[in-house]
Amino acid sequence: MTAKREHLRIGFIPLADAASLFVAVDKGFVAQEGLDVELVQEVSWSNVRDKLNIGMFDAAHLLAPIAVASSLGVGHVKTPIVAPYNLAMNGNAITVSPSLREAMMARLDGDALDPLATARALARVVADRKAAHAEPLTFGMTFPFSGHNYQLRYWMAAGGVDPDEDVRLVVLPPPYMVGSLAQGHVDGFCVGAPWNSVAVDLGVGHILHFSVELISRCAEKSLAMRESFAQDRPDVVAALLRALHQAARFIGEAEPAEIAAMLARPGRVGVDAEVILRTLQGRLKVSPDGATRENRRYLLLGEEGAERPDPTQAAWLYAQMARWGQAPASPALLDAAERVFRADIFDAALPSATAPAPRSGDAIGAFSGPCFDDRDLGAYLSGFPIRRTP
Amino acid sequence: MKIVIVDESPVRAAILEDGLREAGFTNVERIGEMRSLLARIYAIDPDVILIDLANPSRDILEQMFQVSRAVRRPVAMFVDQSDTASIQASVDAGVSAYIVDGLKKERIKSILDLCISRFNAFSHLQDELARAKSEIEERKTIDRAKGLLMKAKNLGEEEAYRLMRSTAMREKKKIFEIAQAIITASELFK
Repeated sequence: MTAKREHLRIGFIPLADAASLFVAVDKGFVAQEGLDVELVQEVSWSNVRDKLNIGMFDAAHLLAPIAVASSLGVGHVKTPIVAPYNLAMNGNAITVSPSLREAMMARLDGDALDPLATARALARVVADRKAAHAEPLTFGMTFPFSGHNYQLRYWMAAGGVDPDEDVRLVVLPPPYMVGSLAQGHVDGFCVGAPWNSVAVDLGVGHILHFSVELISRCAEKSLAMRESFAQDRPDVVAALLRALHQAARFIGEAEPAEIAAMLARPGRVGVDAEVILRTLQGRLKVSPDGATRENRRYLLLGEEGAERPDPTQAAWLYAQMARWGQAPASPALLDAAERVFRADIFDAALPSATAPAPRSGDAIGAFSGPCFDDRDLGAYLSGFPIRRTP
Repeated sequence: MKIVIVDESPVRAAILEDGLREAGFTNVERIGEMRSLLARIYAIDPDVILIDLANPSRDILEQMFQVSRAVRRPVAMFVDQSDTASIQASVDAGVSAYIVDGLKKERIKSILDLCISRFNAFSHLQDELARAKSEIEERKTIDRAKGLLMKAKNLGEEEAYRLMRSTAMREKKKIFEIAQAIITASELFK
């Protein structure tokens, strides 16, 4: 092909769940589609969002809830953003300090692998601390509009801990998480790979739960772009989606060690390949004593139709915003949220892509609480005893 | 009006603070240490927060937009949706502004414009500094090579320099590159 390749600037944060984007560029899949993609590393989600909004990026690796929040104008400037491709599902974990883990285990009634049992143990620890007039526990998460924030809140609230009243939740940039845990500025956090493993390796944290054990299917990172870009450049978007799909398939079929080595390079995820390998294989060291746990659904890239944006996922993310007072609950906003995840663009670009696996129960698979029903938001929300009411 | 500058570069923060003071904004505080950033901001309780975009802690500030007990006054990022050029300019310069809701736009605009020009001035300054540094390095290399030539070929200073210059012209290279070659060669011959 002699035609000039289409130049695209795509922003990203160096995380393992941007794997498909890295592989699409580094294995030449985007070039084969006639695209010349420049990957631009960023230091904060705010920067990624703003540069996408004002057109300095054509597309971005973005926290899925930010795509929804921007489109709704929640918490920030309203900019219509669409997510025609889901880069990753799940992939986070809750890690706590050795001392908090010890306190929780002493108050555990049930199985340490059961999130409801640990959440109730946390509630008892919180009550003990209140009785002793100790400082409330502090938990870190990466961004107000993030799966991390919602997963952490969902888990603790199920055990009776009000995340706004009983503990402190603070935003921390992922590279600062481990240091903050080691220095006792936070007692636990919810973050993506590789930071949970880094904390375990350094002996300053125990992985309590994989996020997939809390929410079975949770849209984590989107390939996001301005709605106007998707409208004006459908061919470019389709070419990009084909390249990403090819990358996701390649990741599924190649030796995990080869992928891990690609991602470990500086300018990509830039951490030890062995740590990335654990994430890709879903086999994580969960405790400094070397204990490991495995869940092959830990991080879903191309498997189980995870690539296809599911509007119900966007609706669930919006429901979390409504539950925690970030956004008002309204059917109009719910509709608008669902329209952010553009399965139609995905289907047009990739008519033969695997359909999502048939599911039992609702689209989300939460470990507790009411089934998610996007046709009755009010009933869903009132099924939670702990929530912000307008 | 109380202004906080969040910047890990003390030099740039000082340049910005000077600019703000000259413009009549005398109530300025700098935060260069990112630990317990929010607590410090709440303690200062500013009307305007300026932060550099290369700072990962920018995400921490997003928490101030949330409705929460900890936040006493609602804060918003300064974005005038009618003025994309100024947003573009501020992102290009690498600075972002957050304001307490209800503050007059025109007043903020002048602060942001000042920020942009000081941030740009700072990066020009850095470029110049880097250039000056590399010029000094080049000068040092050339002097060293000249010394080596003088010793090896028993030349005067002027002659040694002329020899390097004529060689550079003949080989269509920079005199600095010839000097580097002389130093490398002399190491090999040691």
